Amino acid sequence: MLSSAKAKMVARMIARAAKDIEPGMVVNLGIGLPTQVIEHLPADIPICLHSENGITGIGSALSMDKADRNLIDAGGAYVSPVPGTCYMDSSVSFALVRGGRLDMTMLGAFEVAMNGDLANWKIPGRFTPGAGGGMELAQKAKKVIVLTMHQDRKGRSKIVRKCTLPITAYGCVSRIFTDMAVLDVTPDGLVLREMAKGLSVDEIVKATDAPLIIPANDMPFF
Amino acid sequence: MKLPNKTTIIDKAIVQIPDGATVMLGGFGVPGTPFTLIEELVQHGAKNLTIIKNDANETGMGVDHLLENGQVKKLVSTHIGLNTHAVDLMNSGKIEVEFCPQGILAERIRAGGAGLQGILTDIAIGTDLQDGKSRVEIKGKICIVEPALRADFALLHADTADHFGNLAYVATARNFNPLMAMAAETVIAETEHLVPVGALNPNHIHTPGPFVDQVVLLEKLSEAYNVVQR
Repeated sequence: MLSSAKAKMVARMIARAAKDIEPGMVVNLGIGLPTQVIEHLPADIPICLHSENGITGIGSALSMDKADRNLIDAGGAYVSPVPGTCYMDSSVSFALVRGGRLDMTMLGAFEVAMNGDLANWKIPGRFTPGAGGGMELAQKAKKVIVLTMHQDRKGRSKIVRKCTLPITAYGCVSRIFTDMAVLDVTPDGLVLREMAKGLSVDEIVKATDAPLIIPANDMPFF
Repeated sequence: MKLPNKTTIIDKAIVQIPDGATVMLGGFGVPGTPFTLIEELVQHGAKNLTIIKNDANETGMGVDHLLENGQVKKLVSTHIGLNTHAVDLMNSGKIEVEFCPQGILAERIRAGGAGLQGILTDIAIGTDLQDGKSRVEIKGKICIVEPALRADFALLHADTADHFGNLAYVATARNFNPLMAMAAETVIAETEHLVPVGALNPNHIHTPGPFVDQVVLLEKLSEAYNVVQR
């Protein structure tokens, strides 16, 4: 369990990430932290959520007593339809991904490298469940955003110079939201864009394995 | 002109599956998984099966009963993380697991169904999932050759079927079912509702009847089809 202070930081990260979803987008929210973004989207924002098990137009999650046994997202959560929902087979669902119709995906991470490499599917010897649709999402969505805790449970930075774990897709990530910071992947390296309330630039730099570029302007807080 | 009637009883359908067969199973999680046909396959007991399915269901459900019963030699899948028993069997070498990116698995099956030999893709290039696969260059781009997949049998779950085997699925229970329907020598569909030919709106049929060999009406839905209580 996260401490309540940490939980609040995570909630702020998720709320902040939701603001990057623009009207008109087709968006896939990965399992874990990204799925929670849906709860922070204003109901009146016109967007289309996709899940790779074959649905476009996803509403909020449903409790088990209200669930339709045939209506889940790719993470197995029971979800509700919206007016205009469409169901499709797995081939069509991934044509949408690989064919360039997915504007954004938000994914979890084990490690993200400063060049945008993403590792989120395999920890050799410990966790090998298979990549599911993760490689196609990471490789083909127009914009790949990562939501992750800044450090793992042992306090090691998940934002690294170079990934040590098996890669999901190379150079795919453009922006990283963590409980501590908002980071952009640029040709020059990782740029610190925003930081969590109550933190200093030094604290973020110390918590990060990869070098950070710190712009000269005042750093916004989230 | 009258269309053939393909309805049969479940034991007659499943008894055809021999040891060593390759069997595709529809479903993504619970929706679209042919739990009743799978249970009959457990009773029937065919061994050394190669199972092709998106996932391994959850521990104690569906595919897991085939694993528990020692009937599976190899599993071709995209993600088995919700079934710790399947992960254990893989880690201890008791079953072989071939992982495939999810949409590529779908496309390999679709290609198999469409009479093609394989697909070319840049998905997974440079990752552990494409080790050892051959490559070709198309229009200056390096692609992996992913072989098409076919099976001896496909076991599907439909919401509604007519006697000829025209099938309609509901919601996210569609997933791999219509693709597998095209990619096996013998296609057996269980259905929640059976209607006379002519009762389905021709515009609302997902799988055309000629792909389907046998239709089994589910007398009742077992607990497995229900909302999973977590």
